Amino acid sequence: MKTGAFTAMAAATMLAAAPALADLVIPTLNYRTGPYAPSGIPYADGFSDYLRLLNARDGGVGGVPIVERECETAYNTEKGVECYEALKGEGALVFIPQSTGITYQLIPKATVDQIPVHSIGYGRTSAANGKVFEWVFNYPGTYWDAASIIVKYAMDQSGGSLEGKKITLVYHNSAYGKEPIRTLEDLAKKHGYTLNLIAVDHPGQEQKSQWLQIRRERPDFVFMWGWGVMNQVAVQEAANIKFPMENFIGVWWSGSEADVKPAGDGANGYKAVTWHSPGSDFPLYADLKTHVYDKGNAAGDGTKVGEVLYNRGVFSAIVTTEAIRKAQEIHGVAQITPAMMRDGMENLDITAERWAELGLPGFTAPIKISCADHGAPGLAAIQQWDAAAQKWTIVSDFYTPDEEVVQPLIEADSMAYASENNITPRSCE
Amino acid sequence: MDPVVLNTLEVILNGLMAGVMYSLVALGFVLIFKASGIFNYAQGVMALFAALTLVGLQTGQVPFAHLINAIFGTQLHHFGWELPSILAILGSMAVMILFAFLVERYILKHLVNQEPIILFMATIGLAFFMEGFGDLMWGADIKKLDVGLPQGGSFWLEEQTAGWASEGSDYYGMYIDVLDVWATMIAVALVVALTLFSQYTKTGRALRAVADDHQAALSVGISLRAIWVIVWAIAGFVALVAGIMWGAKLGVQFSLSLIALKALPVLMLGGFTSIPGAIVGGLIIGVGEKLFEFAIGPMIGGATENWFAYMLALLFLVFRPQGLFGDKIIERV
Amino acid sequence: MFYREAGDFKTSYPADAATFPIAFDRWRYFLVIGFAFLVVPFIINDYWEKAILLPFLIYALAAIGLNILTGYCGQVSLGTGGFMACGAFACYKLMTAFPDLNIFFIILLSGGITACVGLLFGLPSLRIKGFYLAVATLAAQFFLVWLFNKVPWFYNYSATGQITAPERTIFGVAVTGPESPAWATYLFCLVFVFVFAWVARNLTRGRNGREWMAIRDMDIAAEIIGVNPLKAKLTAFAVSSFYVGLAGALFFSVYLGAAEVGEAFNIDKSFLVLFMIIIGGLGSIFGSFVGAAFMVLLPVLLKNTLVGSLGWPSDLAQHLQLLIVGLLIVGFLIVEPHGLAQLWRLAKEKLRLWPFPH
Repeated sequence: MKTGAFTAMAAATMLAAAPALADLVIPTLNYRTGPYAPSGIPYADGFSDYLRLLNARDGGVGGVPIVERECETAYNTEKGVECYEALKGEGALVFIPQSTGITYQLIPKATVDQIPVHSIGYGRTSAANGKVFEWVFNYPGTYWDAASIIVKYAMDQSGGSLEGKKITLVYHNSAYGKEPIRTLEDLAKKHGYTLNLIAVDHPGQEQKSQWLQIRRERPDFVFMWGWGVMNQVAVQEAANIKFPMENFIGVWWSGSEADVKPAGDGANGYKAVTWHSPGSDFPLYADLKTHVYDKGNAAGDGTKVGEVLYNRGVFSAIVTTEAIRKAQEIHGVAQITPAMMRDGMENLDITAERWAELGLPGFTAPIKISCADHGAPGLAAIQQWDAAAQKWTIVSDFYTPDEEVVQPLIEADSMAYASENNITPRSCE
Repeated sequence: MDPVVLNTLEVILNGLMAGVMYSLVALGFVLIFKASGIFNYAQGVMALFAALTLVGLQTGQVPFAHLINAIFGTQLHHFGWELPSILAILGSMAVMILFAFLVERYILKHLVNQEPIILFMATIGLAFFMEGFGDLMWGADIKKLDVGLPQGGSFWLEEQTAGWASEGSDYYGMYIDVLDVWATMIAVALVVALTLFSQYTKTGRALRAVADDHQAALSVGISLRAIWVIVWAIAGFVALVAGIMWGAKLGVQFSLSLIALKALPVLMLGGFTSIPGAIVGGLIIGVGEKLFEFAIGPMIGGATENWFAYMLALLFLVFRPQGLFGDKIIERV
Repeated sequence: MFYREAGDFKTSYPADAATFPIAFDRWRYFLVIGFAFLVVPFIINDYWEKAILLPFLIYALAAIGLNILTGYCGQVSLGTGGFMACGAFACYKLMTAFPDLNIFFIILLSGGITACVGLLFGLPSLRIKGFYLAVATLAAQFFLVWLFNKVPWFYNYSATGQITAPERTIFGVAVTGPESPAWATYLFCLVFVFVFAWVARNLTRGRNGREWMAIRDMDIAAEIIGVNPLKAKLTAFAVSSFYVGLAGALFFSVYLGAAEVGEAFNIDKSFLVLFMIIIGGLGSIFGSFVGAAFMVLLPVLLKNTLVGSLGWPSDLAQHLQLLIVGLLIVGFLIVEPHGLAQLWRLAKEKLRLWPFPH
């Protein structure tokens, strides 16, 4: 049996591992199945559609076509590792793990293999310190940025001060959910609010106790770091206890259409932090329509276009391809390697004008990455759900994170990692 | 009254309601275990599949759209019509009956007289199959389920109870979710219907005979295979009801199948073979876990409900190894 | 023809009771072991290591552990994920607390610690039986996962509760951490699996194993003939947890390198390992290997065939993969309810007579 399986497997992997070195290979570790599929599908659609647009309209990046290698992870870490090992040999330029668990797996492995890892708004927050994490990027922002921005927004909403206010954090009881706790605790000291933590165990289909507690305590604000089915239930329960939805603010993974639609009208007014606009009122979407959707080449069934997570997929595809462009520019070759890709990512500079050129004026804040800061710019705004119109709208300006609180935390955590793993930080000069 | 007392009452009340929701899922397990001795791991996935079918029919989704599109390059997704809820429910029921028939025809028939663990494993295979099949048929995306059940906190109860607290204390009235009240009524109706069915109809009597003794039932001419189809169809119906109630809360998505995990401690506590056990067990678990989270949870960091339900059930089992209402385990050498 | 007993004379009791009484079997076994130890390390690459061989070996070890408890002693357990977590966290704490202690001993110690925890959660088995016990062991599963998530001491107060394995070496070669070469981690796991599979095989043939099987077949009867159920059940729980703890420690330190308890050791793990032993064959060490191979390799094989060779969209392939695995499980059970190991046994019986069955 052992040997039999061996030969069968060998045959199968031989076929799978045909290298395609003549193109720009971008692996996509999607999760279109499993418990988190509702979040994974629109993101994967957006990402693929943009790459297909580039191939159809411009013939790829710098004249080299992009080859997208899709690998289904179902949000499972072991499957993610399998995908990484299968695709790293195919000349993958960058890995976008699409899961915090897989990111933690890949950080040490990819550093050794010298392939950049880009966790876009998730993963290990302290990887923003480029001096320690040479191969890991998490721009455009981290959870700690998000936490400090939500606090700033709440402060603006309550007239400039949070002194004596009560804030409750409802969080997914996992590595991801625990991320903002330290930041919020430090900010509580700074701004004088009291912080109350309520954990929800995975998967979180039953949150009656938690919301009864919130109902009893009547906090001024509820923040949420939720994921999967927990989001839908929390929004529903918040609506049920008639918590004022405009004071209920989620992180960017708790603020998509899938999270609010099941709750119907009750979800009206719910807010979430985001770093890019929702909606499809951008010139880019006209291009997508002519070159991708109308040719029957779309990755999905077309119902997701313009959704928050679809746009996030488009955003990810743009920062990835722009980094390729940058790398080609720096090194003067069209066919880049993962190491060149890393340089491209580290010198990435997408100005507001460039965003407009790309067909997305005002879509998001300008991005400029540096050797020391892999998590820039950290800007984000607040969006609100309108249940009648069935859409998210941005209701605030872009905020800057509270660097004073966030930076020391990043410094401390990344240095702890460096000493545990015997890394000498780069100087970055 | 002291607000603390009122809060405790509120927690107990909501615990009872949560318990009913667990019982709804547990009922399906009990029905099948009683009639065929199978621990049906696929019950949660059946609830998901039933809910998916319901929403699919309601919104006029094209089944297997993704697969068809991938093979033929078409752009199908919806038929463009919408069915009224009641028709969609009937349609889903028909699908679940067909499902019961197929399960009996292609799986159970071949596994008669096997050990319980083998049958258990077969239902796991079935669960895998249905997970893949359901997603393939209706898509893995989240769907909103709306069959017109009211939802949200009850204003009436809040107003009634707001004055109960002693003067000057912060009390906002008692909370209860209207959907849960509906779930309770439906659960009661379901149990009454099941009891009437098993007591007063011929098929019902046959069902009980099979539950008592397979061989004796066979020898008086009851068709075991027909009974199994009926039982699985009823369990499918219960799964549909559970799918509707939970689907209204969660939206219809993969995680709906995980509600089975909430039903297991209920089953353990109530006994695998007793319908009243499933209800009483649900209520005890619901109240127990909510009270523990309310009273002790904050001291040890919260999120205790998942394991406490099992610990509570374990505690009961140490004293009654067959569950509260389970058949007495008689051992002979 | 080649596979026969004729001419294979046994002259002593040990020879008669050997695991492989037939010469052909013995040689095949030596060949497989030789191949695994002497050939595979030279041809292994990262993909084979991380995606196929390590998970296969580690799950096989966990499956042997559960098989001792469920297959040999008849106590159904769904706490495997929790016990694996226990092994993983014990390993992490020991690795960080005693940086100079050799990783080999750390893994063994982690198994030992898990055995103690398993003993504790085995106590209810003295009163609770069958599926009730299965569900009761879920209490261990959920409680342990909650505990490792909740108490910061277990993950050295890191911000998120993720644990990361530092680099440790054996004879100067790294076996944990990202720099470890594929052949080293493979051999490291293979040694554990080989040694402990051998121990398990002999343990189950000895006095302990016979006591466990007596309890499994009928506990009251076993008690009457003088088997102490307390001792038999608890030793089964302890030995089983030791194996599962070893698997958990290897899973975390060698295979994944970083883990989060709620994700890596959740209830799905418990079910997965149980599936392995039922599909492979209850009460069979060989069955544990086959079951692990079935559940680990088949999805990868299907994925590579459907996506890699046929070019299907990866999500459709994933749905189909679930569907096919489900069908195969049901199919195998209908053909042979006692698992793949039994199919293998039957095939061997037939082979003995082949090509002259009469």
